[in-house]
Amino acid sequence: MSDHEYTPSSKFGKWFNDRLPLLTLANHLTDYPTPKNLNYWWTFGGILTFCLITQIVTGLVLAMHYIAHADMAFSSVEHIMRDVNYGWLLRYVHANGASMFFLAVYIHIFRSLFYGSYKSPREIIWILGIIIYLLMMAAAFMGYVLPWGQMSFWGATVITNLFSAIPLVGESITTWLWGGYSVDNPTLTRFFTLHYLIPFLILGLVVLHIWALHVPGNNNPVGIDIKKPSKDTVPFHPYIVIKDAFALLMFCIVFAMFVFYQPNILGHADNYIEADPLVTPAHIVPEWYLLPFYAILRSVPDKLMGVVAMLSAILILAALPWLDTSKVRSAVFRPLFRQFYWILVADVLILGYVGAMPAEGLYLLIARVATAYYFAHFLIILPILGWKEKTTPLPLSITEPILGGSPNLAAARSDEKIEKTIK
Amino acid sequence: MSDQKDEKKTNRRDFLFTATAAAGAVGVGAAVWPLVHQMNPDASVKALASTEVDVSSMQPGQSLTVLWRGKPVFIKRRTDDEIKKARAVDINDLKHPEKDEDRAKNPEWLVMLGICTHLGCVPLTDKGDYEGWFCPCHGSHYDTSGRIRKGPAPTNMEIPKYEFVNTNTIKIG
Repeated sequence: MSDHEYTPSSKFGKWFNDRLPLLTLANHLTDYPTPKNLNYWWTFGGILTFCLITQIVTGLVLAMHYIAHADMAFSSVEHIMRDVNYGWLLRYVHANGASMFFLAVYIHIFRSLFYGSYKSPREIIWILGIIIYLLMMAAAFMGYVLPWGQMSFWGATVITNLFSAIPLVGESITTWLWGGYSVDNPTLTRFFTLHYLIPFLILGLVVLHIWALHVPGNNNPVGIDIKKPSKDTVPFHPYIVIKDAFALLMFCIVFAMFVFYQPNILGHADNYIEADPLVTPAHIVPEWYLLPFYAILRSVPDKLMGVVAMLSAILILAALPWLDTSKVRSAVFRPLFRQFYWILVADVLILGYVGAMPAEGLYLLIARVATAYYFAHFLIILPILGWKEKTTPLPLSITEPILGGSPNLAAARSDEKIEKTIK
Repeated sequence: MSDQKDEKKTNRRDFLFTATAAAGAVGVGAAVWPLVHQMNPDASVKALASTEVDVSSMQPGQSLTVLWRGKPVFIKRRTDDEIKKARAVDINDLKHPEKDEDRAKNPEWLVMLGICTHLGCVPLTDKGDYEGWFCPCHGSHYDTSGRIRKGPAPTNMEIPKYEFVNTNTIKIG
């Protein structure tokens, strides 16, 4: 992994580094050669790390005031909001932080989809990412249960009941998950424990994700393999650090806008009513970031098949490196794929919209068509595109089209042009 | 060793490996089981297994929801009209064929778990296309016998174990 031998300059540094090579690691991270054409879509990895740390820190302090008990959880959250010093801020940052985390992860995922970052040799990075995404959904779901409001309770009931669709053992699994015959206090305490655990699992996987990334190095908007280090790369510090920091600042403005001006807009009013096992809210909806999958679940009339379809919609992403048969990574050189990419983006947004609407009439029909298209994109369109599509010529290097007087004018465009193309 | 390198015959060492692995697997299993089983319903949860309900004040057409094992149980005193409707249905038309006679032993009283068999919401009483129950979550319609007639739910609402202790009291569980 180390690109060159590193020797600390100080005597103590050398003594320490011989025993625990932390300085070698720090040197690797600062000198890490990065493609020089990375655009702002590449800043979301750093933003996501920021989101994870924010959730861990705010979560830690919230846990000092929260009481995981069915009789006290709801009032302890109100206690945080009203009595605890800055409790309102910490809770709003944590609650909106989850939404910001998902916003960033969706941009991060769709960036990978556009530039083919999941392709060889980066399959393991991609799969680790999908596992992180699954854990994020689990953590977000269990976190949403903790305030013990009506949406918490009924969301937990609906989601845990998904397991009852499993033939034969479904009922026993659900009872096991609940620790009783319905969602109740034992469910709340175990969800709290797991909600506390999962971020640290994610943290571990993030380390692996970055480690796996540093083996082949970053993909880039042109999507070609580059020599490292070379004229095509710049050191991570200070070039990428500054760019990431600027993007993070912009991201924090959006984050702060939600926290300070619209802290409840992404939540549901029903969750300010304490959980009542006798009354189901008229319209149960998950948080916005789960809506597309919720739409897929509801679009299938059969209970078991609905659950299978919903899980497949996520797991199919793990198979993506093998479903996309094209050797060209970046959509910049794939005119047809580029169009299908945007149709997929629209499809997922439509699924998200109908997921928030009642599952009947026209909405149900749209959900069914969109679900079918979602699967068709991955199972039919991508494999066929790989060998049917005529891709445009790739440049030999990132620098070549700009400095080498290349005849390939299309590729000689800078970052900005490429960014414009994907907007 | 070298003169028998091609020999694939099992020897005493293979037996030791297998025996050690097997004993290890049993040991790990024995250690993991308490960690898994602690999540199942505990003694205090199981202790709340039955509930007695006084139904003396209920008029025909009225219904009552009581909590049993953390779940709502619907007790409905059905009108003659509702009983007639429930019994008139051709059993072959049903998604989950069950006779009303089997669901309500005493035709006037329907006692069932008030939980939609789709994803566990509580259906609304006296609503829906079949004038029984309607689940607002994903649109399942139940008839006056609590049988699924329309929508995503796979089965009829469950009938718990219950009995009339006397004419005015139902014991659920």
